[in-house]
Amino acid sequence: METRRAVLRHVSGALALGMGGLNFATVQARAQTPKRGGTLTFAISAETPHYDPHGSDTYATLHFAAPFYSTLLRFNLSKFPEVEGDLAQSWTVAEDLTSYTFKLRPSLKFHDGTPLTSADVRATYERLRNPPQGVVSTRKATFDDIGTIETPDPTTVIFKMKNLNASMLEHFASPWNIIYSAKDLAENPAGPRTRINGTGPFIFVEHVRGSHVSGRKNESYFKQGLPYLDGWKGVFTLQAAAMLNAVQGGQVLGEFRGISPAERDRLVQAMGDKIRIEESSWTLNLLVCFNVEKKPFDDVRVRRALCMAIDRWGGSQGLSRISTLRAVGGLIRPGSPFATPESELVKLPGFSKDIKKSREEAKKLLAEAGVPNLKFTLHNRNLAMPYTPAGIFLVDQWRQVGVEVEHKQFDTAPYLATMNAGNHEVAIDFSNLFMDDSSLGLAKYLSVTRAPENRSRSNDPELDKLYDDHLRERDVEKRKAMIRAFEKRLFEQAYQQPLLWWHRIVATHKVVMGWKMSPSHNLGQDLAEVWLNT
Amino acid sequence: MLRYTINRVLLAIPTLLGVAILVFLMLRIVPGDIVEVKLRGDGGAVSQETIEMERHKLGLDKPLVIQFKDWMVGVATLNFGKSMWTERPVMEEISLRLELSLQVAIMATIFAVLIAIPLGTMAALFRDTWIDYLMRIATIGGISIPAFWFGMLIMSALLAAFNWLPPITFTPIYVDPIANLTQLIWPALAVGYRYCAVTARMIRSSLLEVLNEDYIRTARAKGVYERLVISRHALRNALLPAITVIGLEFTFLIGGLVVTEQVFNLNGIGMLFVQSVSRNDFTLIQGMVMLIAAFYVFVNLLVDLLYAVFDPRIRYW
Repeated sequence: METRRAVLRHVSGALALGMGGLNFATVQARAQTPKRGGTLTFAISAETPHYDPHGSDTYATLHFAAPFYSTLLRFNLSKFPEVEGDLAQSWTVAEDLTSYTFKLRPSLKFHDGTPLTSADVRATYERLRNPPQGVVSTRKATFDDIGTIETPDPTTVIFKMKNLNASMLEHFASPWNIIYSAKDLAENPAGPRTRINGTGPFIFVEHVRGSHVSGRKNESYFKQGLPYLDGWKGVFTLQAAAMLNAVQGGQVLGEFRGISPAERDRLVQAMGDKIRIEESSWTLNLLVCFNVEKKPFDDVRVRRALCMAIDRWGGSQGLSRISTLRAVGGLIRPGSPFATPESELVKLPGFSKDIKKSREEAKKLLAEAGVPNLKFTLHNRNLAMPYTPAGIFLVDQWRQVGVEVEHKQFDTAPYLATMNAGNHEVAIDFSNLFMDDSSLGLAKYLSVTRAPENRSRSNDPELDKLYDDHLRERDVEKRKAMIRAFEKRLFEQAYQQPLLWWHRIVATHKVVMGWKMSPSHNLGQDLAEVWLNT
Repeated sequence: MLRYTINRVLLAIPTLLGVAILVFLMLRIVPGDIVEVKLRGDGGAVSQETIEMERHKLGLDKPLVIQFKDWMVGVATLNFGKSMWTERPVMEEISLRLELSLQVAIMATIFAVLIAIPLGTMAALFRDTWIDYLMRIATIGGISIPAFWFGMLIMSALLAAFNWLPPITFTPIYVDPIANLTQLIWPALAVGYRYCAVTARMIRSSLLEVLNEDYIRTARAKGVYERLVISRHALRNALLPAITVIGLEFTFLIGGLVVTEQVFNLNGIGMLFVQSVSRNDFTLIQGMVMLIAAFYVFVNLLVDLLYAVFDPRIRYW
C-alpha cells in the first residue's frame, strides 16, 4: 500500500505542477502573511436541493455545506492525494488492513455547543453504511467493507473491516462524509437534510432560497487561528452570463467549480491582471450510457457500434476550444498514476484513431443487429457547460453512421431522477470523482444491483469479480493489470464509456488568497484558510 | 358601485375554482414524479419502500378527489399547504419572491406610465412630424427588442462604462431603500421599455381618434384653451383603452419576468416558477397559479372600476 500511495503522490505532484495547478504568482501570494477579516462572496452556479452531503452527488451541496462541517480525514491539496487529519489528530492502520484506529482531537465542539466524541463519528458512519428508513446515503456501497465500529473511549474510534479494502483511508478523507451529531441523528435521522449543526470553520447564518447562503466565523473552531475570514456568502447564480458579469463587476470574487475556455478568455480580456486563472485536469468525465434494459440497447453490437462511431480524438480538439471537455481517457483520469496510456487506449473499442475504419465497422455492426436506420432519444442535462455541446457533438457523430437522434435536455433533478429510475434509452451521464483511486473510479460500473449509480443498469459478474479482486490487491503493478482487464471487459461490452474528461479552469479575483486548486471541485471548499488581501 | 364590486368578487369564485380544477388536473397529467425527482434527483439511490413512504407522507397515495378536496379546504382558509420539495409553507416560499417581482412590476409601471403618457400625447399632437417619427422608432424598438436582451445591454453598458453592476442579492426596500432601488431600477427599466412602448402607441392612436370627435370640435369652437381641450377632454378619454393595456401588462409582468430575472440574477416569482416546474412541485405551482389568477381577476376589476373614474358616462349599478 505504501508503494501505491507513493506513486500516487509523486505522479500527482508532477501533474499539478505540469498542468499549471500552481503558478508562480499563486506560490508567491501564498507566502504572504494572511490578513484577518472580511467577507468572501462567491458564486455557486446551482442551488443545493438539501443540506445533506451523505445523500448527495452534486457539488452544489458541498459548496454550500462544506464550510459548516468537518470530516475525519481530508486530502492535503498541497500534496494531493496525501491525506491529513481533520477531526482526527492521529490514526493507525493495522498492517493487514483489518482495522483503522482514529484518535480524535481533544475538546471538539459542534456549533450548538455540544461536544463531539467518538459516538458522533460512529453514528455518522452507521448512517452512511446502513441508512435508516427514509434516509438517503449515496455512499452506502463505499463503506460496505466495514464490519464493526467501536468506541472504547470518547476520543477513539476503531473501524474493524469485514473485507480488506486497500483504499479505505482515502475514503475516510472523502469530502462527502461529514460528521453529524449523534444526538441530532437520534432525534431525527433525516434531520441533516434541513438543519445544519457542524464543527466546521463557519457557522450557518441563513439560506435564502433562490438567492444565497451565508456563514460567519466559528470563534471556537478547533484549528488554532482559523478561519481568517469573518464570514462568507455563496450567491446562487444560475446563469453563466450573470455569474461572469458578477465576477467582472466585483459582485462576487470567484466561482470555485470551473468555467469554460471562452469564459476564461472573456474575463482575462476584461479584467487583465485583476483576475487569477488556475487550471488543472479534472477528476470528472462525461459518459455515453446505454440502458441495457431497453431495446435495441440490450444488444452489445448496437452499443459497441455507437461507441465506435464517436471520434473522441477529433472531438477533443474541437470541444476543448468551446467547452470544459478536453482529454481522451479511459476509466481513470488521463495522466494520473493508474490511467491507461494512450498507446494502449487506442487499441480499445471506441478509442481508435482511425475513425473512418471504426465507423465502417460500426455500420456493419448496426446492420448485423438489424437496426441499420436506428432512431433513439439522447437524454441529457440542460447545463450549457459542457452537457449541451457534448450532446450536439454526439448527435452529429451518430448521424455519420446513419443514426437519427433526438436530443432532449432536462433540469438536473428530473435528469437524474429519470436515469435513476431507468426511464432513459441513451444518456449522457457523468462520473464525478474526488480522487484518482480506482476503488472510486471503477465503482460506478459494477452491476446495478451493487452500484445503483450504474445508469446503464447492466449486471456483469465478471466485472464485479475483477473489481473485488483489485480492491484487495496491494501490489501496484498487479492492480494496474486488473484495472486494464476491467476496462477491456467494460468497453467490449460497451454498457457505458467515457466520452471526454473535463479540464478545470477556476477564475478568482487576485484578492482571494489561500484557496487551493485541485483536480476535483469537490475538495478544499471548507474555506478555513482563505483570506482576502484587501 | 359597491353592489357591482361585490358581484364581481362573487363572480371571481367560479373563475378561480375553474382555474383550480384545471391546474390541479393538468399537473397530474404531465409526466414526472415529484417523489422520484426529490429523492433520486441528486444522484441518490433510494429503495422503492422509501419512495412509497415519502409518497404517503406527501399525501400522494390518496385518491385524486380527496387530494383536491384537501387542497380546496386549505385554499378556502388561505392555507395553500407546504411545498412538496422544501416542506415549507407555500405562502412563505412565495412571499419574499413575490415582493421582489411585484416591486419590479410596479417600478416598471411607474416608469412606463410616466414616459408613455407625454410621449404618446406629443406624438399624436405632432402627427407626422419628426417628433412623431422619433416616437414611432423608439416604440417599435421597445416592442421588438426582448426585455432580457435589453437587460443584457444595460448590464454590458454599466460594466463597460463604470465597471459596476447592481447588487445581485435582494435587499428589501424597508431594510435599505437605496440598495433596493439601486438593484431593481435596472430590471424595471429593461421590462419597462416594452411596457412604455406599448402604452405610448396605444395613447397615440387613441388620442388621434379622440381628437377627431365632435365634442373636441365643440370644445374648440367654444374657445376652450387648447391645453384644456387636450388634458381635460381628449386625454382623459384617450386614456381609457390605455388603462386596459396598463392593467394587462402589469399582470403579465408578475408572471412573465422569468428571463429578465435570470439576466439580473433576481430571486423573483418567475425564477421560483421555473424551479417548481422543473421539480414537479405541485403544491407550489398550484399556489402560484392561484395567486396569479387572483391577481388577474383583481387587476381586471380595478381596471373596470377605473373606467368609471375616467369616464363619467360609465356607471356601474
